[in-house]
Amino acid sequence: MALNQIKTLLKVSHSEEIMRRYFVVNGFDGALTMLGLIMGFYVSDRVDLAVVITTCLAAALALGMSGISSAYISEAAERRRTLEQLEKAMVTSLDESHHARAAIWIPWLVALVNGVAPLLFAIIIIAPLWLARSGMVAVPGPLPAAMAVALLIIFLLGVFLGRVGGTFWLWSGLQSLAVALVTVGLIYLVG
Amino acid sequence: MASVQRLVLDILKPHQPNVLEFAHAIAALGKGYRVEIQVVEVDEQTETLQVAIQGDALDFERISAAISENGASLHSIDEVSVVGE
Repeated sequence: MALNQIKTLLKVSHSEEIMRRYFVVNGFDGALTMLGLIMGFYVSDRVDLAVVITTCLAAALALGMSGISSAYISEAAERRRTLEQLEKAMVTSLDESHHARAAIWIPWLVALVNGVAPLLFAIIIIAPLWLARSGMVAVPGPLPAAMAVALLIIFLLGVFLGRVGGTFWLWSGLQSLAVALVTVGLIYLVG
Repeated sequence: MASVQRLVLDILKPHQPNVLEFAHAIAALGKGYRVEIQVVEVDEQTETLQVAIQGDALDFERISAAISENGASLHSIDEVSVVGE
């Protein structure tokens, strides 16, 4: 589907906002989950990197699949309902319109964003672990390095939200970072 | 053969696309198409428009298809101006 067509469908269905929201919310979920897992392994001590990588990847895939399926089911139902309401108001079928095409394609787009966001961030976060295990790059302390990447991503997601919401970007970034640091602190206490 | 030079249509459309985008979509159908839209009525989900289109040879089939594609419904043709060639 051409980019212009996608833009048209996003516009008639007011979907840009919801995709942005899903990207941030699920991206945050993915990043925080990875941070939690890696911190858990770190406080456990003496853990094989292969185990850490496999566990994190499995969790990232599960988050991705959950994101795709849950978003598709809920969005498809909502779009069908909205289309039916509009057809009732218009007293005509909208089968040949952008609105009907949006009701079919937008749930897939939203689901993709919802699923890909946590998976993408998870892969970036566990990259230091892969590099250390492969021996390609000497990463001193791969677990702390991965945690630092996670914290950076969470901070940047907060900054993005700040820009979108029109609030001071640094404050918004620090708020997100605070949530991540509290999570790290709690896991340290539990460990 | 005769060519249609002016049409005034009574159209019901959803709020999206907005009137400006709707006018663009119709004007883009042919060189020299001039589109003027008056919003007659607005309710929660729809708008009633009076759409006046002028041009050297309006293609009604394409205009009708563009109206449907944008989720709108043609209620009536209120005015038409046709010139014989």
